[in-house]
Amino acid sequence: MSAPLFLKRLAGAAAVSLAFAAQAAAADLTLLNVSYDPTREFYTEFNKAFAADWAKSHAGDTLTVRQSHGGSGKQARSVIDGLEADVVTLALAYDIDEISDRGLIAPDWQKRLPDNASPYTSTIVFLVRKGNPKGIKDWDDLAKSGIKVVTPNPKTSGGARWNFLAAWGYALKKNGGDEAKAKEFVKAIYKNAPVLDTGARGSTVTFVERGIGDVLIAWENEAYLAVNELGPDKFDIVTPSISILAEPPVAVVDKVVDKRGTRALAEAYLKYLYTPAGQELSAKHYYRPRNEAIAAKYKDKFADVQLFTIDQAFGGWRKAQKTFFADGGVFDQIYSN
Amino acid sequence: MITETLSLPVGRQRSVIPGFGITLGLTLTWLSVIVLLPLSALFIKTSEISLERFIAIVTSTRTLHALQVSFGLSLAAAVLNLIFGTIVVWALVRYDFPFRRVVDAIIDIPFALPTAVAGIALTSLYAENGWVGSLLAPLGIKVAFTQLGILVALIFIGLPFVVRTVQPVLADLDAELEEAAASLGASRWETIRRVVLPAILPALLTGFALAFARAVGEYGSVIFIAGNLPGQTEIAPLLIVIRLEEFRYADATAIACVMLLASFTLLLLINRLQRWSEMRGTGA
Amino acid sequence: MSSTSHSALPQALASEGLPAHVEVRPLRHPGPTNTEPKAVRIAIITLALAFLALCIALPVVSVFYEAFKRGWLAYVTALAEPDALSAIRLTLLVAAISVIANVTFGLIAAWAIAKFEFPGRSLLITLIDLPFSVSPVVAGLVYVLLFGSQGLFAAYLQAWDIKIIFALPGIVLATLFVTFPFVARELIPLMQEQGTAEEEAAVSLGASGLSTFFRVTLPNVKWALLYGVLLCNARAMGEFGAVSVVSGHVRGLTNTMPLHIEILYNEYQFVASFAVASLLALLALVTLVAKTLLEARLAEDAS
Repeated sequence: MSAPLFLKRLAGAAAVSLAFAAQAAAADLTLLNVSYDPTREFYTEFNKAFAADWAKSHAGDTLTVRQSHGGSGKQARSVIDGLEADVVTLALAYDIDEISDRGLIAPDWQKRLPDNASPYTSTIVFLVRKGNPKGIKDWDDLAKSGIKVVTPNPKTSGGARWNFLAAWGYALKKNGGDEAKAKEFVKAIYKNAPVLDTGARGSTVTFVERGIGDVLIAWENEAYLAVNELGPDKFDIVTPSISILAEPPVAVVDKVVDKRGTRALAEAYLKYLYTPAGQELSAKHYYRPRNEAIAAKYKDKFADVQLFTIDQAFGGWRKAQKTFFADGGVFDQIYSN
Repeated sequence: MITETLSLPVGRQRSVIPGFGITLGLTLTWLSVIVLLPLSALFIKTSEISLERFIAIVTSTRTLHALQVSFGLSLAAAVLNLIFGTIVVWALVRYDFPFRRVVDAIIDIPFALPTAVAGIALTSLYAENGWVGSLLAPLGIKVAFTQLGILVALIFIGLPFVVRTVQPVLADLDAELEEAAASLGASRWETIRRVVLPAILPALLTGFALAFARAVGEYGSVIFIAGNLPGQTEIAPLLIVIRLEEFRYADATAIACVMLLASFTLLLLINRLQRWSEMRGTGA
Repeated sequence: MSSTSHSALPQALASEGLPAHVEVRPLRHPGPTNTEPKAVRIAIITLALAFLALCIALPVVSVFYEAFKRGWLAYVTALAEPDALSAIRLTLLVAAISVIANVTFGLIAAWAIAKFEFPGRSLLITLIDLPFSVSPVVAGLVYVLLFGSQGLFAAYLQAWDIKIIFALPGIVLATLFVTFPFVARELIPLMQEQGTAEEEAAVSLGASGLSTFFRVTLPNVKWALLYGVLLCNARAMGEFGAVSVVSGHVRGLTNTMPLHIEILYNEYQFVASFAVASLLALLALVTLVAKTLLEARLAEDAS
């Protein structure tokens, strides 16, 4: 009895002293950004820029922004299970919805920041071998027999779900909204997939390093990174006629920031994503900026492609998740016969 | 229940050596905290779903297929490890050749190498553009991203279990027995079959069962090389991960429970085998 | 080489369900009636070496090949990077805790199991073995189910503000789980084989339980204990699946070496990734050195 009481007092004393420290002019601050795989290069640079900006208005503070990366779903689960993320920056809104459903994030999170709480967007493109030997130009070519398609498993990779939905949305548009035809089409594409890696980066390695497949379905930013990092002379990027507007969302984890007293910092961090400086950085890392002036500046960097949103085509992530990726959903049906 | 039966020193021979109560008590406590309590969480979580749901999950075609892939390929890997492991042990124990010690040491590598690294290394070797894969490709043999790839990964992680179980037994085998058999006119092959093989058989079976049990649960090294196509190269542990990604913990634990019970049964069998070998040992 | 190599160690390790044993005795030279024709011998050796080369040596060689692809400088740079150093530190800490805990537990458990007869003993041994066969994914998951914020103990942990998973304690627990059997299973068969005669004699001469243990039992099992420590340490440092579930992957904070390897690999930093991996492969060489020392010591003891 007495020992726990003592510990509790000790903890109390520590908390009080921390509170004092926080009130003092200079503070020792940490912020944990739990993100998904393809954002690591972007956030490494963004964190430095943000820390420099923060230092301007909060002289003397030492700010450490910590990063955690992994599959979007796994990261969401870690936050649900107690990983103390101040902010989450994940691949799809569904994963943040799941965190929100557990009461960690307010239900209206997607309305709290501009543009559906997605400060940058991307789309789904194709990476092909140099010179495009198989002549891949659009989604139709992926469904042809004899073409090998590399894409991750939508069950384990959030990014891969965008790939799936992009193909589906294209097929719907082409066939005047015929779902049965869309299913046949997407099934033909997945029939051409010899490997379903568990993550997007795994698929890139399979395509680039192992030499498997004729085309890799990838996020635009991932495709550019792969070309730059792994061989500009070995690959070409092909942009399809129609694709999906991938909106990776961000949110402050209310329960954590209120407990840790980091709300102001966390909100400033996310808002900084929308500033010209933040938008410049996202463009640098091949994410499409939302800011129109910056987007115009980098117009040449991103191919012109007709984009549809998940809300338009599928009525939002929750619905899409349930229809396509839940147990027994369309993806399972594709593989069940 | 278990705790009660274990802590009762019924039938224990009176020993002058002290410390039975305290050491057994500490053992049980530590075992409970580190192993039993965590594993019981699996069953508690699984009990959240109804029996019908549980049966539906574990008997669905998807689950059954994944279990079949995991158990079937683990069995195949364990058989191959048994055969080649025995050959390796025989060479290590009975013959001298250059770098014997080095060869002996590398057998432990699968223990030390993180499974993910093993998976990446094996995939890069056995992919069509890899050192080994490029030699096999002209023959029409594909290893990476097929069931054959899973087999290679499971052989890698299981081999030390067979070698390290059989090695000391073979090394310890009394040479006089073989000499006696030979002097009685037995051929070399007969001697091995009737003298050596029976002596190392319990160890062989034990090594086989351990390699099998280890392979069934393997995840890290397999997912890189497997291809992970549902119904073809999807292993049971991956299915557990997929259920977690769907935020369906109870479904994941249901599959985990089935695998755990299978493992437990296997290990009980192993310890039976050991008892059997001990009894044979004392009987001879 | 002395022919009196009958140490207790290999004997006692016989026929037990251990994953790994040290083969300490020098090679026995068989008599002429006791071996196979030369052609058969060469065939067996070739087959064994080919199998090992294909299944174990080549993957390891490829790890080192990739690690040194860009030369020594890239290799050293990769290891000197702050996140890598922090991962190495964390891994060493976790491994040290696991080894100490497992040695303590292993000795205690082996004493209870090997020196006394009681019902349910083989069930107890089976339970100690169980972590060998539990999928690493599941091993991590169970701790999330217990200590996660949706877990069984969530309310208590929150009330006390104790963090277990996504922090050092969770990583240690997951590692303890997967390394649980290594030391105990190495010691139990040996201590069983050695019997209780020496301990009984010591006790009847008036030695206390503890001093019997430290003066009689421990010296008899020291080599098996050391080998158990080596294996336990290797497994603790190399564990990936279970730790990945409970780590949270926070850079510079909760990333162990295997997790850091995965991160680097996912960042297309293949050289750095394999450089860290090669450190873990080097562990096997530590085992090699330790084994050689063991054999030398045993030969010395025997003469």
